[in-house]
Amino acid sequence: MREQGYYRQVWKKFKKNRLAMTGFYTAVIMGFIAVAAPVIANNRPIIARTRSGEVIFPFLNTGMGYKDRDYTFEINPLIPYSPSEYDLDSVLIAPSVKHFFGTDDRGRDVASRLVYGARISLSIGFVAVSIYVFIGLVLGSVAGYFGRKVDIVISRLIEIMICFPTFFLIITIIAYLPSSIYNIMIVIGITGWTGVARLIRGEIFKIKNIDYVYSARALGVSADRIIFKHILPNAIGPVLVSATFGIAGAILVESSLSFLGFGVQPPTPSWGEILFQAKQYLSWWLVIFPGLAIFITITSFNLVGEGLRDAIDPKFSK
Amino acid sequence: MKEYLLRRLLMIIPTYLGITIVTFVIIQLAPGSPVSAKLGIGESLKDNVLNRKIIEDTKKLYGLDRPLIAQYFDWLKRSLTFDFGDSFKDNRPVMKKIAERVPVTLQINIIAILAVYLISVPIGVFSAVKHNSLADKAVTVIIFVLYSLPNFWVAILLITFLGGGEYLDIFPIYGLNSYGIEGASFFNFLLDRLWHLVLPVTCLAYAGLASLSRYAKVGMLDVIRQDYILTARAKGLSEKAVIFKHALRNSVIPIVTLLAGLLPAMLGGSVIVESIFSIPGMGKLGFESILARDYPTIMGIVSISALLTLAGFLISDILYAVVDPRISYE
Repeated sequence: MREQGYYRQVWKKFKKNRLAMTGFYTAVIMGFIAVAAPVIANNRPIIARTRSGEVIFPFLNTGMGYKDRDYTFEINPLIPYSPSEYDLDSVLIAPSVKHFFGTDDRGRDVASRLVYGARISLSIGFVAVSIYVFIGLVLGSVAGYFGRKVDIVISRLIEIMICFPTFFLIITIIAYLPSSIYNIMIVIGITGWTGVARLIRGEIFKIKNIDYVYSARALGVSADRIIFKHILPNAIGPVLVSATFGIAGAILVESSLSFLGFGVQPPTPSWGEILFQAKQYLSWWLVIFPGLAIFITITSFNLVGEGLRDAIDPKFSK
Repeated sequence: MKEYLLRRLLMIIPTYLGITIVTFVIIQLAPGSPVSAKLGIGESLKDNVLNRKIIEDTKKLYGLDRPLIAQYFDWLKRSLTFDFGDSFKDNRPVMKKIAERVPVTLQINIIAILAVYLISVPIGVFSAVKHNSLADKAVTVIIFVLYSLPNFWVAILLITFLGGGEYLDIFPIYGLNSYGIEGASFFNFLLDRLWHLVLPVTCLAYAGLASLSRYAKVGMLDVIRQDYILTARAKGLSEKAVIFKHALRNSVIPIVTLLAGLLPAMLGGSVIVESIFSIPGMGKLGFESILARDYPTIMGIVSISALLTLAGFLISDILYAVVDPRISYE
């Protein structure tokens, strides 16, 4: 298939770009940390053998009531603290061998919170972007394919959204909704679709009058089939680029919200929320590490986006 | 051109309507009422007969007992004369509160935008002229890093390390002026103000700097490859004249239009930067009124910042036509 050949070519070109690959691997590592969080940071052993010789996996028990038994053998996670396990005797301790990235104002281990924060950030990034790519795809294709009045209405809608002080809107909505990560995903999703919609609309206008779409239409192929089978596959590249940048953007918005105190509710670990505390105490480890986590994640997605863009459209690689 | 501008001006109407309706609906749908927030009556006390009476009276006073659509049209009619009602928080006219804050926000943003353009255009030109040199690559990397730095992180980093007194204590981190500066001479006042603005303006500007200098570079590279530049070089003009007289003017055209895009982004950034640095501008006012459920003020701020953004788009369209005579809006 021609289609496959094209994307293989893109991937080949992408692989040659060292910066983009660095970004890609970093993003993959971040993803791995997020998925494997309970194994990386936990106050329960990963594997242990009890006195009776039974081999168990205590880290799977997330309940509060679980009591560690006497183990004859145990392998502990790299960071032997849970994210919301607090210890008022060791509050705001600077990084040491015991606490790699120090502790916060309740004696919680910052490293452990950062590891779990990756889960929040990445899941918000991916879900929010999926939501708005979907909305953008639908509205953009409808506007582009049908044109005329439909296009006028959707274009106005896009224009309204662009003029909207988006961040302010997001804060307004979030401030009045019960704060949960799902609400944040949805809000970022419904405010972020304009870029994708415009892109798809433009692509469709460009492709619409190319011969193969004409002939498909002449053959009596239905509108949605033309959109899904013939037009969208051609527009998917630029959308992918914009989605990659979008993930970085969504992670940034989430951490800004948590930083302002509107985001994820406090016991849930989030990078922005640690910075929110840092604002009060100005301890360098509370400032540096979560900021670095946000920065590295955002940079890696931006690098991937940049690499993809260069690989898909050689015009930009000047 | 005239026709285009007229059409552009007319388009402000549906956009304004759309923005205000969306905000209005969101605010009204939000759980929790401003009345009980204002009166300090918690959810548990709501069913008390006396409290219910007070709540109803207060609702009537602010017109909150009428149907939503009537409330919206009422609001819309008044907003046309820039009358956004009185703040729930301190009963002062919203427009007056905003009018106090707009100059502050505009001041920081205009300084930031000026700084962005003044720094990023030379950087872009430099990178384009020295394309693919080591210096160009270094600049590209630095710009990329700047672009990905979250601004609130930069803000706390600056506060912690340059102004908090915790490490270095060079810059003030709070407000627009030092206490007791009112009596000082104009020059000292200005100096004090500028000193206070260093950190917040840096936070607002650096991201724009990154994206703009990138555009400036791409624009310049495009122009340098044109035939007329070759001609200019061929007729023996110095490199300086070629770059600054012939290439620069044409290469700045695309980045002029970016002005409009910068504005809403910076207004959004103002919410964070102004809250962190305690600067009494629109962003901080917005943040505070959201916390206080001060609906009239929220509506006022959304309307005014939407109008400012629309004005930004309009101005950049006009600028576009001014700097590039080839463009005609028919």
